[in-house]
Amino acid sequence: MRLRINGDTVEVPDTVATVSELVEYFELNNRVVMVELNENILDKQTHPEAKVADGDKLEIVQFVGGG
Amino acid sequence: MLKIGSFEFNSRLLLGTGKYPDFDTQKKAVEVSDTDILTFTVRRMNIFEPSQPNFLEKLDLEKYTLLPNTAGAKTAEEAVRFAKLAKASGLCDMVKVEVIGCQKTLLPDPIETLKATEELLKEGFIVLPYTSDDVLLARRLEELGAHAVMPGASPIGSGQGIINPLNLSFIIEQANVPVIVDAGIGSPADAAIAMELGADGVLLNTAVSAAEDPVKMAEAMKLAIEAGRLGFEAGRIPKKRYATASSPAEGLSIG
Repeated sequence: MRLRINGDTVEVPDTVATVSELVEYFELNNRVVMVELNENILDKQTHPEAKVADGDKLEIVQFVGGG
Repeated sequence: MLKIGSFEFNSRLLLGTGKYPDFDTQKKAVEVSDTDILTFTVRRMNIFEPSQPNFLEKLDLEKYTLLPNTAGAKTAEEAVRFAKLAKASGLCDMVKVEVIGCQKTLLPDPIETLKATEELLKEGFIVLPYTSDDVLLARRLEELGAHAVMPGASPIGSGQGIINPLNLSFIIEQANVPVIVDAGIGSPADAAIAMELGADGVLLNTAVSAAEDPVKMAEAMKLAIEAGRLGFEAGRIPKKRYATASSPAEGLSIG
């Protein structure tokens, strides 16, 4: 399926069904990541239930240094 | 003790985490600063580089309270989105509202700052707005329910120090919530003066991270803030136009 992630079109295997699985697919599961799915910001504990589907738009963000 | 919302902190230094030369220097600087509060910001991740290092992950998160900012936001709506993204990490309940209205001066947009503060308070955040050194604006933010107000000393990263101590002292005198002087601090003297004016804390970043020796400067800032606070609590002498002798005039004709 095709997802729009951080402004890029990305091809992801159809076996990836949830946000948790998507985060794992990109090997980000040990990182502090925050996810917005179709303009809904997801609390971390909802990642395992949040379904992803073809055409979804995601933002995957992290904390970086700032003042 | 610095109290912000339901939080209590021993240190009155809030330290930014941007622009350090390397993680090792940054880690040492954070340690010697004795800070309890570290600021961060939220940015898109490069999902194709999962191993990219991140300073947050090098920290003992039990030891620090995270204060994400909304830097990069130009509207209240954007600031609210950044704050919610930060909170979705499950790592923080506080947010520094920062809505920049002018890219050259990086001065905050007061109207959008008010709007974002109001919205985030409704959402249950502990809100610390970065504001210009305007007394009425600080009061309006407090009336909305802001948990602290953070007036700038001078433009972000400029190192110009406190360019309007009078305005800052007006804000400090009338505030019923903590006043944290944020932005523009250049040297330990600047930080000490902010504290001597009666500020409850100082937030700084570039003054440490871009110093020739960030670790030494972090310690200097810690000491300056402690000294300034002690000086404020001790109560300085009033300034007088003419001299007053420290030594007694009696018994001057010896032998």
